[in-house]
Amino acid sequence: MRVSLFVPCFVDQLTPKVGLATAKVLKKLGHDVEFRASQTCCGQPSFNSGQWDVAREAAIRALTVFRSAEVIVGPSGSCVAMMRNFYPELLKGTAHAEEAADLASRTFEFSEFLVKKLGVIDVGAKFAKKVTYHDGCHALRELRLKEEPRQLLRAVKGLELIESEEAETCCGFGGLFSAKFPMISTAMVQVKGGALARTGADFVVSADPSCLLQIGGWLSREGKPILPLHIAEVLASDA
Amino acid sequence: MSDAKSIFLKDATVNAADGDQRAFIRKALGGYYTNRDLQKARYRDWEMARDVASMAKWTAVNDLANVLEKFVGNFERNGGVVHWARDAAEARAIILKIAEDANAKAIVKSKCMTSEEIHLNDALEKAGYGVVESDLGEFIQQLRGEAPYHFVFPCMHVKREAISELFTKHLGTAPTDSPEELTMIARRHLRQLYIDADIGITGANFLIAETGQISITENEGNARLTAALPRIHIALSGIEKVVNYLDDLSVLLPMLATAGAGQPMTCYNTLYSGPRKKGECDGPEQFHLVLLDNARTRLLADPEQRDALHCIRCGACLNVCPIFKNIGGLAYGTTYQGPIGSVITPHLRGLKQWNHLSGASSLCGACTDACPVRIDLHHHLLHNRRNAAKESPTLFDRLFHNGFNFVIKRPWLFAAGGRIFRATLPFLQKLPLPYMRAWMKTRDLPKAPSQSFRDQWKNQNV
Amino acid sequence: MSDARSDIFARIREALKVKAPKPHLKGDANAGKSSVAAKPWLPEGGDDAEGSLLILAEQLAKLKAVLIRVPDRASASKALADLSLSKKWKKVAFHGHELLRPIAAGLSCETWEADASFDKQRLEGCDAGITTCESIVAQLGSILVSSATSGGRALSVLPHVHVVVAEAAQVVPDLGAALALARARHGEQLPSMLSFITGPSRTGDIERILVLGAHGPKELYLILIG
Repeated sequence: MRVSLFVPCFVDQLTPKVGLATAKVLKKLGHDVEFRASQTCCGQPSFNSGQWDVAREAAIRALTVFRSAEVIVGPSGSCVAMMRNFYPELLKGTAHAEEAADLASRTFEFSEFLVKKLGVIDVGAKFAKKVTYHDGCHALRELRLKEEPRQLLRAVKGLELIESEEAETCCGFGGLFSAKFPMISTAMVQVKGGALARTGADFVVSADPSCLLQIGGWLSREGKPILPLHIAEVLASDA
Repeated sequence: MSDAKSIFLKDATVNAADGDQRAFIRKALGGYYTNRDLQKARYRDWEMARDVASMAKWTAVNDLANVLEKFVGNFERNGGVVHWARDAAEARAIILKIAEDANAKAIVKSKCMTSEEIHLNDALEKAGYGVVESDLGEFIQQLRGEAPYHFVFPCMHVKREAISELFTKHLGTAPTDSPEELTMIARRHLRQLYIDADIGITGANFLIAETGQISITENEGNARLTAALPRIHIALSGIEKVVNYLDDLSVLLPMLATAGAGQPMTCYNTLYSGPRKKGECDGPEQFHLVLLDNARTRLLADPEQRDALHCIRCGACLNVCPIFKNIGGLAYGTTYQGPIGSVITPHLRGLKQWNHLSGASSLCGACTDACPVRIDLHHHLLHNRRNAAKESPTLFDRLFHNGFNFVIKRPWLFAAGGRIFRATLPFLQKLPLPYMRAWMKTRDLPKAPSQSFRDQWKNQNV
Repeated sequence: MSDARSDIFARIREALKVKAPKPHLKGDANAGKSSVAAKPWLPEGGDDAEGSLLILAEQLAKLKAVLIRVPDRASASKALADLSLSKKWKKVAFHGHELLRPIAAGLSCETWEADASFDKQRLEGCDAGITTCESIVAQLGSILVSSATSGGRALSVLPHVHVVVAEAAQVVPDLGAALALARARHGEQLPSMLSFITGPSRTGDIERILVLGAHGPKELYLILIG
């Protein structure tokens, strides 16, 4: 299959290894992977801030960028939820409504794509570490992905998956929310990060790199011995 | 910035930093999660029950004029008196007039958030009536002179020591650290008050159109006593509480209890259809119902968010909300706290003043999943944000997002800007930039890589 | 100036000119028909009488209500007399009902037919209130009392203990059946109060810790005959 990557803007700039790992896994499974450099941001920051006119422009741009793509795979539940669920809402009643629905049907979150679209659970990865999984809210509640990433992790050789008591609790990122209401956001990540650290896992793994920015940022500041890692990085690992 | 917003920011910031209080709230809710899951597991299909419950409310709310008319006709046929109030002031005036006409002195109330909404107690006290809240939590809050913290669990934030001190101060009772003894103190204190009261004021959870009954849900028995012993019963309800059929309750009552409190049913679910009937030995001589609009029709006029009027005030959305749990109910400054409060308050009291509540959410969606009547809560927060941005855009937001848009529309600029951003990030982190400073106060940023993904991809695939 | 009623109706009619979408349903579109008699998505209420009784017993136990099953009216009398002695009741109020009168007559303490000469102060001084009921809901452990069949509004909630005496045949599987039965029995003349009592009065208002007997009865007994 020809897979067109959607790489979130902050992954592009801050954690490119997540994008590279995503491509690596897909290539390993025998797919053609392309990256269309005309893509930038999905528009979610503006959408969540109520600036729907601005977000609409970003949505229409994405429609153009990915017009001919067979499938679009993004290593981010959040950005994929934006494209899948919120583009159609943004473009409802416009000339782009139909195309938005079409794009939505071709866009997949990475773990969802592997499990639901490709039917792959074991990608042949090895990762002899203890990990705990963080459900990003968009992956969990907008895309309804709960078991898929866990299935993939359980199939990784040597990996021990430990559930955290707060697995489904929001990390408090929420995009600009984390900076507009920093104390609330921090209180939330204290609850989240505290529970993750208590699992004794070496890594907190998620399908949402934005959550990992928040969780990782707090864990690092607090000096907790648990590191953030994207699920694609785990699946790309062979050691 | 609106007054409401600056107060909110101050209180939320203080509370979010209070680790002890936050832990206390989380612990208090611990039993709820366990019980709720046990009760939900008894449903053969909880999701289907949610469908049915939401459709029961949808059908009534979307035909509100006819359903209300039918309800009122049947209610009056049962011997009750209906009063209409466009706003809080009218509702207060109606209730004061009933009290005056009845030559009443003492008033006992059971829990009614609508009465909080219209600040009824203040008005009654100013007019010289003795008013006592009979729900234990409301009673405690009344003694504390504080609004309810949670619209189902009004004093969940108060520790037993503080309640003991409060009772010692106001009721002269000996100190105790036993919740049971504290409850019994309130029980003993209130018994005679029910008997002596001239008027009992309650809320209503459902108004049943086909029978003209009102339904009241409670656990303590105080609403039962309030509607049984005084000679006049006044119920106060929003116009949206109506449902078509009595049988709708066979779904709504258990779901309300399970979603809101983790119970199979609350202890007392009572249907009233009029004052004491011929042949009945007790009950009030008069039964009044005050039906309140108070901007509910404004919410009704918004088809996108009309489903917020489906709310059965179970409190499930508060119980699962990480914002609520971390900032506490009082910080909202609203009658209705939590996600539902953040959705409806801008409609009821003004978007410009109250939109910050919609902003103060990570949009995690736990509330929407918890809602037994499927209100699209967290998406409505997005709708409020959109409406506010349209209605009263802030200069900063416009500059920020248009600037951002200018960059992301031009991939070359995005790439170039990204390069500068990465190169200067160690320096930027130290500057008092908006957003950056807020982030850096409690969190680190990853070390910026020398090459972006797009650069590395280009190099790899050349 | 127009009156509040017509204003509010005008606002409602104006507001509803624009239709709202249906909620995002998970199931089929027929979900809206809540009058479907069987509601196979709610908690189970039992397929037959025996099944219902089993569920009822389980629910009542969880609610901390006490179920006493007796074969006939004579044993119901005895059970109540035993209870009265063990609890050292001094004054007991009961609903004037042909089922309850002989039972009350068998008590050694002071008894009072509360609905014959209602007095709320006197009722407050009673240790227990004894009533019949409309029906009993197995599904939820709820007992439906009414102002018509349970001695008014206060008898079942003001005394510190509430005892319900009922026939096993009064057990219905679910809430819907109880509501339907009450309507069939009373027709257009519904009692001014119908109340589902689900366990003894309770509160969790202090630190969310469960305490029984907030304002209503601290103890609830169901003596089920047959």
